[in-house]
Amino acid sequence: MSIIIDKNTRVCVQGITGREGSFHAARMIEYGTKVLCGVTPAKGGTDLNGIPVYDTVREAVEKEEVNTTIIFVPSKFATDALFEAGDSGVKLVVCITEGVPVLDTAKVLKFYSEKDVLLVGPNCPGLISPGKSKVGILPSNIFKKGRIGVISRSGTLTYELVLHITNQGLGESTCIGIGGDPLIGLKFIDCLKMFEQDPETEAILLVGEIGGHDEENAADFIKDNISKPVVSFIAGKTSPPGKRMGHAGAIISGGSGTAKEKIEKFNSVGIKVASEPEEVGELLKGMV
Amino acid sequence: MNLHEYQAKELMKKYGLPVQEGRIATTPEQAKKIAEDYMCPVMVKAQVHTGGRGKAGGVKYAKTPNEAEKHASKIINLKIKHLPVKKVLLAKAIDIEKEYYLAVIMDRDKKSPLIMASREGGMDIEEVAREKPNAINKLWVDPVYGLLPHQAKQVAFSLFDNKIFALKNTKIVSTLYQLFIDCDAQITEINPLALSTQGKLWVTDAKIVLDDNSLARHPELEGLRDPDPGEEKELEAKDAGLSYIPLTGNIGCVVNGAGLAMATMDLIKKYGGEPANFLDTGGSSSPEKVEKALSILLSDKNARVILFNIFGGMTRCDDVAKGILKTTRAMNLKLPIVVRLTGTNDKEVKNILKDSPIDYVTSMREGVIKTIELLEEGREKGEER
Repeated sequence: MSIIIDKNTRVCVQGITGREGSFHAARMIEYGTKVLCGVTPAKGGTDLNGIPVYDTVREAVEKEEVNTTIIFVPSKFATDALFEAGDSGVKLVVCITEGVPVLDTAKVLKFYSEKDVLLVGPNCPGLISPGKSKVGILPSNIFKKGRIGVISRSGTLTYELVLHITNQGLGESTCIGIGGDPLIGLKFIDCLKMFEQDPETEAILLVGEIGGHDEENAADFIKDNISKPVVSFIAGKTSPPGKRMGHAGAIISGGSGTAKEKIEKFNSVGIKVASEPEEVGELLKGMV
Repeated sequence: MNLHEYQAKELMKKYGLPVQEGRIATTPEQAKKIAEDYMCPVMVKAQVHTGGRGKAGGVKYAKTPNEAEKHASKIINLKIKHLPVKKVLLAKAIDIEKEYYLAVIMDRDKKSPLIMASREGGMDIEEVAREKPNAINKLWVDPVYGLLPHQAKQVAFSLFDNKIFALKNTKIVSTLYQLFIDCDAQITEINPLALSTQGKLWVTDAKIVLDDNSLARHPELEGLRDPDPGEEKELEAKDAGLSYIPLTGNIGCVVNGAGLAMATMDLIKKYGGEPANFLDTGGSSSPEKVEKALSILLSDKNARVILFNIFGGMTRCDDVAKGILKTTRAMNLKLPIVVRLTGTNDKEVKNILKDSPIDYVTSMREGVIKTIELLEEGREKGEER
């Protein structure tokens, strides 16, 4: 088991003929992901190294029975790509694209909730269930099949932490980058619920950063609902207030959303927070 | 992106909201002239991108044009939370009976716009939320259907006991919501929405924060950008696909990814150093990006040592190493450099950098410790840059 994606995940790549789309489609296929087709409007009927390209996602669903799509299209076209994906019949949409207007994300999420479609992202690295499937841009070589579930708002920081998990001889059940925007689809709590239910996951790493209150909400949720051990890491202890730290969602505003608040909250419900990346591996090692 | 009060008020006025009359001045003489036109009294208000203006002496009441001039000359020389005041807003004073709060914000938890209304206006809403949470009325709006008329009325009824008055002013609620939607805002806030002794409502202070992700489709709003000192470089970096924020320490950092960049700063601090900046090169670490990153970082002149922390992942580390080497040589960079590179082809990095003065490490902790050591050595030797 794993969460969200596995061997049965059948993937369509939206924007497959673009630079990012074609590169990562190839990497996903190398990893063993069932990438069955791509979509680029007006390029339908062609193929990319043997992978068929369709004009619309609906066509991809009809012809290839895909159940998942990953979006690489430029931000200017991403909103419609998101709506198209949600309207096609797939059950999971992973949006890598950064810079989707926040109000558009709000509308997309409303649409998805009515259609019962899961969204990961936007502005995220996607997810991987080691040994089974990768729907994203994460570097496969650092992951190892194992029993730690990883949820993170970040990209490269997640890879850094996964490296320390793997260095301890541990591995991951599923690693999911939920994205750095103010509004995102799957949030910490949604993923925590799934990891709690997943028999292959023994412990959970939650990687947060400054901005918003999702970490605090997650801490409350963990206290009452999660029986598995959870370790956390929070980035941005030294970030100045009022400045957007790269991610649109990573900003301390009006004195709230600080790393200090989040760490104190985790500590108050008995969740260990690693003081630096290497400690993440050490803490988890002691728990499984 | 934050707008100034006067910019927010101009937008609100354009939408027909009852904005208190006001004009902007950049000199005390202009301030005096405006006060004369308004036949006093006026409020003289600093225009800076931060809260707490009142406490810092940035908001003053003037009974005469001469007083307005005097206040303006003081306020224009002020620095509020390190931000120098360049402009003041002269606003025609209103006799206030009561102050209300009205705002639309994007609620991350409920994933939809949220209207907040309170009879406890005029003060910091976070303080109200802490001390009297029941004093804030909240209404979430479905982003697809938008604000429905009965919802706008509901908000107005929560603010005003007089039903006729509430109905008459429901338009303020719906207009503020429309403005939020039309300009892709994260916050549109009126605080206070002031009830004058004559029984009329006025927008006497306003705040708008725009969604950076949406600015591309609002070129007219991009024009309202007024960079704070130092922010020019942040914008220059943004144009190059980098995210840069200058800080006060002396360890320059170049990192790929925002989360890792924050974690690198935190680690530097943990081991006793001070970061000179936040710099996220985004996903890619091409030689062009490395060069741009270095030139922006060095233009701030704070860095005494530079730490690269690149988690290559799928990026080829040999290419990145060659890029760093080429760039630092071309720039004739004399500062000590520590490079941490992990990812594809990282085994070759050692070879590439072996004849250079660059220190190569494989872990982040090692990199930070080495960087701080080099800084200490430099200090002992009293090296000049």
